[in-house]
Amino acid sequence: MRIGLDIGSTTIKCVALDEQNQIVFSSYERHNSHIAEKAANLLQTIQENLGITYAKLAISGSAAMGFAEHCGVAFVQEVFATRIAAQTFAPDTDCIIELGGEDAKILFLQNGVEVRMNGSCAGGTGAFIDQMATLLGLTPKELDEQAAKAEKIHTIASRCGVFAKTDVQPLLNQGATIPDISASILHAVVNQTIAGLAQGRAIEGNVLYLGGPLTFFSQLRAAFDQTLHLTGTQPENSLFFVALGTALYADTDAALETIITAMKQNGVLGSYASRPPLFASKEEYEQFHARHMKASVPRVAFGEDVGPVHIGIDAGSTTVKMVVIDQKEQLLFTNYQTNSGNPIPLIRSLLLDLYQRHPGLSIASVTTTGYGEALIKSAFEADFGIVETVAHFTAAQHFIPDVDFVIDIGGQDMKCFKVEDGSISDIFLNEACSSGCGSFLQTFAQALGYDVPEFSRLALFAEKPVDLGSRCTVFMNSSVKQAQKDGASIENISAGLSISVVKNAIYKVIRASRPEELGKNIVVQGGTFMNEAVLRAFEQEMGVDVIRPDIAGLMGAYGAALYGKAHSPAGARSQIINQHGLETFSHQVKNITCNSCTNHCQLTVNLFAGGKRYISGNRCEKPITHSDSDIKRDLYAYKLNLLQSYQPVKGKRGRIGIPLVLNMYELLPFWHAFFTSLGFEVITSPISNRQLYLSGQATIPSDTVCFPAKLVHGHIRALADMGVETIFYPCLTYNMDEHLGDNNYNCPIVAYYPEVISANCQELRQTTFIYEYLGIHSRKEFEKKIPKILAAYFPDITTKEVLTACDAAYSEYEHHMAAVRSEGRKIIEYARSKQIPIIVLAGRPYHVDPEINHGIDRLICSCGAAVVTEDSVSWLQEKFLTRVLNQWTYHSRLYAAAKYVCSQPDMELVQLVSFGCGVDSITTDETKEILQEGNKLYTQIKIDEITNLGAVNIRLRSLFAAIDARKEGKTND
Amino acid sequence: MTDSSHTPPKFTKEMKSTHKILIPNMAPLHFSMLQHILEDEGYQAEILQDDGPQIAQEGLKYVHNDTCYPALLVIGQFITALKSGRYDLDRTALLITQTGGGCRASNYIYLLRKALQKAGFGQIPVASLNFSGLEADSGFSITIPMAKKLLAAILYSDMLMCLKNQISPYEQTSGMTEQLTQKWIQDLCSEFRQGKGISHSAVKKNFDKIAADFASIPHTVVPKPKVGIVGEIYVKYSPLGNNHLEDFLASEGCEVNVPGLMGFVQYCISNMGETIKLYGGNPFMVWLSDFALHYLDSSEQHMASSIRKYGLRPPTPFLEVKKMSAGLIGYGTKMGEGWLLTAEMAELIVSGFENIVCTQPFGCLPNHISGKGMINKLRAFYPHANITPIDYDPSATRVNQENRIKLMLAVAKERLQASNDTNTLQSTHATAFATK
Repeated sequence: MRIGLDIGSTTIKCVALDEQNQIVFSSYERHNSHIAEKAANLLQTIQENLGITYAKLAISGSAAMGFAEHCGVAFVQEVFATRIAAQTFAPDTDCIIELGGEDAKILFLQNGVEVRMNGSCAGGTGAFIDQMATLLGLTPKELDEQAAKAEKIHTIASRCGVFAKTDVQPLLNQGATIPDISASILHAVVNQTIAGLAQGRAIEGNVLYLGGPLTFFSQLRAAFDQTLHLTGTQPENSLFFVALGTALYADTDAALETIITAMKQNGVLGSYASRPPLFASKEEYEQFHARHMKASVPRVAFGEDVGPVHIGIDAGSTTVKMVVIDQKEQLLFTNYQTNSGNPIPLIRSLLLDLYQRHPGLSIASVTTTGYGEALIKSAFEADFGIVETVAHFTAAQHFIPDVDFVIDIGGQDMKCFKVEDGSISDIFLNEACSSGCGSFLQTFAQALGYDVPEFSRLALFAEKPVDLGSRCTVFMNSSVKQAQKDGASIENISAGLSISVVKNAIYKVIRASRPEELGKNIVVQGGTFMNEAVLRAFEQEMGVDVIRPDIAGLMGAYGAALYGKAHSPAGARSQIINQHGLETFSHQVKNITCNSCTNHCQLTVNLFAGGKRYISGNRCEKPITHSDSDIKRDLYAYKLNLLQSYQPVKGKRGRIGIPLVLNMYELLPFWHAFFTSLGFEVITSPISNRQLYLSGQATIPSDTVCFPAKLVHGHIRALADMGVETIFYPCLTYNMDEHLGDNNYNCPIVAYYPEVISANCQELRQTTFIYEYLGIHSRKEFEKKIPKILAAYFPDITTKEVLTACDAAYSEYEHHMAAVRSEGRKIIEYARSKQIPIIVLAGRPYHVDPEINHGIDRLICSCGAAVVTEDSVSWLQEKFLTRVLNQWTYHSRLYAAAKYVCSQPDMELVQLVSFGCGVDSITTDETKEILQEGNKLYTQIKIDEITNLGAVNIRLRSLFAAIDARKEGKTND
Repeated sequence: MTDSSHTPPKFTKEMKSTHKILIPNMAPLHFSMLQHILEDEGYQAEILQDDGPQIAQEGLKYVHNDTCYPALLVIGQFITALKSGRYDLDRTALLITQTGGGCRASNYIYLLRKALQKAGFGQIPVASLNFSGLEADSGFSITIPMAKKLLAAILYSDMLMCLKNQISPYEQTSGMTEQLTQKWIQDLCSEFRQGKGISHSAVKKNFDKIAADFASIPHTVVPKPKVGIVGEIYVKYSPLGNNHLEDFLASEGCEVNVPGLMGFVQYCISNMGETIKLYGGNPFMVWLSDFALHYLDSSEQHMASSIRKYGLRPPTPFLEVKKMSAGLIGYGTKMGEGWLLTAEMAELIVSGFENIVCTQPFGCLPNHISGKGMINKLRAFYPHANITPIDYDPSATRVNQENRIKLMLAVAKERLQASNDTNTLQSTHATAFATK
């Protein structure tokens, strides 16, 4: 008899095989972190049912490491076990795709066995599908059923679960259909698996689908089939392959009773890094509880004929909140519920209910805020729509007029801001990679088999809360897994998770090192702070007492109502849709793609009764106003146009391809002139789009490299598909020296990515790929070296021709840079003549790529500002001393632009930061310090594959609100 | 903010006698010799031994969280030490190694200074240990005799590390190899103190004695999986950085091979010449770089012949390693570990260490190129290469890392079993190397 146990992150699988390798027992269940107990029980069941005392036993699975050794049982790595099973049960297999609770694996079995596992930053698997299902209010099974009905696939970032989440949420809020979103989620999993694990090797032949998600979700299999252009098989016992391989691996007989005893003993081990308990005693808790009961808003009876009242609606990412207040700012009515994906019917019924219960109601104002602000405002014709940071600030001021700091942790997002001189001075939003928020706790609670209130109650008196550190959700999964293995109880895990949410906020989002940095008067709010464990952890970590209003979950809505009250003149009547209008209200959603520009925005068109429309998903005003006047004040658009003007010119020496990527966004004029002068027809790869990116994703060797680098693979594929015989993409350690810094390096990725292309892109086998190390920063040396280098590829080119080409190249480069500067000056003059704010959108040359900047330039313009680039103002700044080593040309421009902005009253700087850019971890802090010294706001936008702009919008609108508030402050003085 | 923040306190000459210098622990063997050398020069030095998860947590508080993990750990270790109360803060200075170049690691010293300011230790002077002329106005400088000692120390430490790694998995009495290693460190340091053991001939003699001593440890060679460790320099060597990777591999029954630190020094010297060859500059520096490399090569050759004399495997000399990157990656890739990382993997594969852990901090830029970026190409050159890249960062958990390593080891052990069965253990690799 052989027994194999497979203990994964969420489930435990067990098989027993007889001498003929026939399965005589199998079991698959969730272990809810009771690993030792479940394992012992399973063995006991086998012992009793099959009447055996000895068996060959082995254990596998990511949650079993260490545990196996403690129990004196052989451990086998799970991928390896899969392979053993495949050799026995499916010997013709070429490739195995196995998705587990948290792991994704691909095994290539033919022509050199290779096994691939997802890196530590790639969590889009079973747990991810569960999380997404929770978000949609579905069971995973229902999600799969919904996906079968999909008509359209939306773009959802495929790298990491958290990113995908930030894509799904706005789609929901914009009214995309559940079947479409469901299918898109499954497709995101497919893309992630291929992008992360194929790494240049083709998935073909007999493909086997294994593991829970691929067993349970037929649509996931279909999505793989569709993407891979094949039909994979889901074998019998596809859930049990690891367990089967483990059983086959086992080779020594052991007494089951001994092992069961050892397992039970292991269950009581408890060695893991822990933190002090949240409360030392029951009394301490009582005091804490009483203190927080004090911060409350009076609630008064809501009569039938009341008014005037002000209504605030906060359509958040996962919830809808509504409050009704009277003229004394007292609460008449509150409501807080999950929005299940579509807030509109909920709000309609809430409003209808109000009208019906209070026939004589007089409404003075309705104000909307939150993710769904614009949609709700338009659907119901509310009076005001405000950005959520302003709503929360208004509410916080009600409790402490001189509030210094507000931190709001909601379901999906975290908003924090500092207040100085009565206006918001510094905004912190969680970047997509660190959203340990309410829904994070919810997902964990559910995964472990609890509801949220119960889960957080457990935490309060935990004795040894697990120290889980502060990182993104995906990492947290593995930390929790580790803690479970180390014997941490549910209580201690729950407390640990609460602490990690807080740490995430303080150290990842706010990045404070001392409580004093946040000020004395702190208001905490958002639904997550209703959780007392989180609240306590926050006070403990910061070492200060904070104010948590009793309406912490309703502060956005309350602030919105207060805002409406403050901005409505006496006797005002709201224009909100009336009872009749609500009764005949209808809402339809249509999805279309806007083809007005290369952004190809996926527009969601909401149609309301009476033919009224609301369009979302657009980045500019064009789909609405059918004009693109704002393009005239967008230097990014100008730069892109300028690059597109470098068209191929037929020449005697045939074609040469240049990928329009990374530094080529600046050097194309240089190389285009150079090769055109030499008689080459210069073929540039097309402007990036999603399809182009996907076409190259299989050859990306490092899944954590920045998105701009990943895009290179698509461009190389595109050039290869065009049949270009020669591709030129040189390595450039150094960039042009603009004398703004201490050196003129490129970052390692920009400098050497051609090496990666050469090593991984199979399509180049038929192509001459020129990726020589060149030094264009020193013209003299370049002219000396380049003739010889070219001669190796094109023996007929003479030195004289090369020198003429160099003249053309350097002068075209100068010409190009001068054109950008001059257009920048024009835009600045135009903005000044119209008195509109000027935003220096500081990135790097490749941020001109619309697939990288996601149309953020257009979005800023649509807010009524003008946009210029960092390199259009950096040259106006003298070199100055920075506190970091200023050695990269692109980043020297950034520092100089920041310094310059400080001297210009009507300019603000917004920094674009690529996820995974190591250099930016240094530049962001430095840029912020430069701006703060100059009394400027610092706004950072982190971008990746993410295509939805909800969070970006909040940031930008908060920035504009703060600019306005500062202006008002000045005029009031 | 005031101007003083732009001019952080320098380590002055006077501080040599008054201040204790704290040094982060990167490579335990090498750095313990460094401490002795500094003390011989009249500095008071201490290598920090603070370990554990709180180091990273301390670093997270004061450094941007997306900064490379080594910076978080080095700075976390410093701040933990400064907060510990063990030191007189008016008489304490910090020393940090700096390589220079286009990698963000050149910024460590600046990040450290920012962090110190933030943590309220703005008065603590920071000195830089580098060979690139950064921070030239510091009172901490490397004199010629000190440089000679340092070079000798690196050679000795590399040799000790190499021998220890190949004997200890097979020793008959557990702990004997470690004892001998420690004994030699003590002996060499006391020789240094007397000005001995540094000259070319003295080094040569010591090489022979060391090799003889290690060879005489009773050991039985049985087939074990052979695993090489390469990667970003800090996480490659530092147990704090790599979650005690060498210990873990030893516990899994492996023989470990960690290429030496001298290779990195030579790589930096080599880059001086290569840079001028590619982008122009003073040709004398090319000559100088070649000269220095050949000078060091002769020491390496002596070491190799001593080791070979006693039937052991010497480290492959740098100039041979350098050749191994041919066809894989260009010498122009000079940021971080650059082409050396790829070359070291190739060297490990041909010398029988086809199983490789490639370590890097999460999001390490150069390793996207020369580490993960080159694995496919290495596999194409050497189909039996069994490489697993492992990311290290404050919350990459050990269980995840070890699971990946175990997968690599499972394949390694299976192959070892197969080659035992056919009795052709390692001979194929030996011939492959010979015909190269």
